[in-house]
Amino acid sequence: MRIVEKAQLMSASEIDRTLQRLAHQIVEKSGGTKHLALIGIRRRGVPLAQRIAQAMRGIDGVDVPVGTLDITLYRDDLSKVAPQAVLQSSDITFGVDGMDLVLVDDVLYTGRTIRAAMNGLFDLGRPQRVSLCVLIDRGHREMPIEAQFVGRTVQTSDTEIIEVRLREIDEEERVVLVDRQEP
Amino acid sequence: MTYRYRDLLALEPLSADELTFLLDQSRPFQEIQRHPLKKLATLRGKTVALAFFENSTRTRISFGTAASRLGADTMNLQAESSSVKKGESLLDTVQTLDAMKPDCLVMRHASSGAADFVARHLDIPVINAGDGTHEHPSQGLLDALTIRDRLGKIDNLNVTILGDLQHSRVARSNIHLLGKFGCRFTLCGPAMWVPRELEKIGAPGVSIRRVFKLEEALEDADVVLVLRVQTERMHEPSISNEDYVLGYQLNAERLRHAKPNALVLHPGPMNRGSEITSEVADGSQSCVLEQVTNGIAVRMALLFLLISGAAGDGGHPAGTSAEDSQAPRNRRSTDKKEVPHASD
Repeated sequence: MRIVEKAQLMSASEIDRTLQRLAHQIVEKSGGTKHLALIGIRRRGVPLAQRIAQAMRGIDGVDVPVGTLDITLYRDDLSKVAPQAVLQSSDITFGVDGMDLVLVDDVLYTGRTIRAAMNGLFDLGRPQRVSLCVLIDRGHREMPIEAQFVGRTVQTSDTEIIEVRLREIDEEERVVLVDRQEP
Repeated sequence: MTYRYRDLLALEPLSADELTFLLDQSRPFQEIQRHPLKKLATLRGKTVALAFFENSTRTRISFGTAASRLGADTMNLQAESSSVKKGESLLDTVQTLDAMKPDCLVMRHASSGAADFVARHLDIPVINAGDGTHEHPSQGLLDALTIRDRLGKIDNLNVTILGDLQHSRVARSNIHLLGKFGCRFTLCGPAMWVPRELEKIGAPGVSIRRVFKLEEALEDADVVLVLRVQTERMHEPSISNEDYVLGYQLNAERLRHAKPNALVLHPGPMNRGSEITSEVADGSQSCVLEQVTNGIAVRMALLFLLISGAAGDGGHPAGTSAEDSQAPRNRRSTDKKEVPHASD
C-alpha cells in the first residue's frame, strides 16, 4: 500500500487564522469566559486547545483553563487497536462540575473518540455543558455526534486520511489530505 | 517502549527501560484513584482469576479492586476453602480455573517458582502475586512508584532494607528493580536472617552489603524499607521479640541516622511495636499508605497491559500475528528450575 499526498488543505497561516476565528466563536457563543474551560484530546487536540486559549487571552484578557484528556481507557475498540495501547496521563487540575467545557480535537471522523472523551469527562464530575471544537470535520460519522465549532468541513472518501501536522509535535505546520492506494 | 512479555512473573529479567515503562503506565491509574468515579469500563466482560494458595488480605483485595475499577469481574480461589485442602494438585487446580475461561490469572503460592510453572501450562497471562521467597513483582513496582513520586527519581539511591531478608520476596523484587537504576543496598537484620548469599542476588555490579548494626546501616540512607517479621515462614522463633526490638526496631531516634528526609516504606501488614514504632509508621517520612494507594494503580496498569495486549485476535504484546501468538514468557532465560510441587 502506498500513501500519497493528494492536497494541502491548510497552510500554517490558515491554521492560525482558523484558530483565531474558533476562539472568537467560542467566546461569543458562551457569553464570555467565566465558566469556560478547554479540554484538549491527546495528542493533537492538546496544542490546539492551548493555542485557542492563547487567542482567548487576546480577546477577553482572561486565562481560560486548559486540561488534557487521554481517551485510551475509554475506547470501545481496545481489542482491535492492540497490540498494547500505550497510556498517556490525563491532566485536568480544575473541577469540571458546573463548567462549560469545550472538547478540542484535530479531526472529527467516526465520532468514537468524542464518545470516549465524554465518558472520561463524566467520570470527573458533572459539567454544565460540553461542546466540541475541531479543526477539520471530514464526515463519515458512526455516532450521533456533531461539532459546534468547526474550522473547516472537508468531503473525503474513506480511504483518505487527513493529517494535521502541528509544529509542537510534527516539526511542520499544515493540514494535508493523503490517500492509501493499493499498488 | 512496550512490554514484551505475556506474563509478569518476576522483575529480575526486565530491563530498566521496561521497568520505567511499567511505572509510567501506572501514572494514569494514579489519577483515577483521585476521581470521584473510579470505575472504568475498559475491561468490561473480562474476568480475572485470583488464586491465592497462601493467605493474603491486602494483595488479594488490591488486585480485586484493581480488576473491578477496570470493569473486569473476578473469580476468587482461596486455599483455605478450596479443593487444595482436599489434596488437588496445583496444576489441576489452575487448569480447572482456566477451564472457566478467565482472561488473566493472578496467583500467590508458598513455593518459589510456582507462578512460572503455572504460566508454562496456561495460555492466559499470569501475574505472580508472590511465590515463596522468590519475588513479588507488583510490590516491587509499587514501592518504586512511591519512591519516584516522593523523591522525583529512583536512580542512585542508598536503600537500606531491614529485617528478615532471607525469607523476603519483597526485598528481592526491590533489589532486582532498584538495582537496575544504580541504587546501592544495605541489608540489616539478625545474622541468621541476612545470609552471605544475599550479597550476590543482584545483577553484576549491583552493590549489596550486609551491616549488622542498625545505626550504621541507616547512615546516609535515602530509603529505608522495613520488612515484617514473618513468623509464619519460620519453624521456630529464632530471636525473641524483645531482642529484635532492642537490636532492629526502627524508631524515631534511630531513623535520625538516615538522611533528613529519608523515606520509610513497609509492605504491610505492620507489627507496630515490633519492627517499627507508631511514631515512625505515622510520621511524615512514612509512605505506608501511599504504597497501598499506589498498589491499586500499579495493578490496574498490569491488568490493563496484559489483558488488553492479549485481547481477542488483536495480536500479542510483541505485535506478532495471531498465528505467532506465543509472546515470550517473562522469566530468566537461565531458569532451569525443577518444577515445584504443590504440596511442598
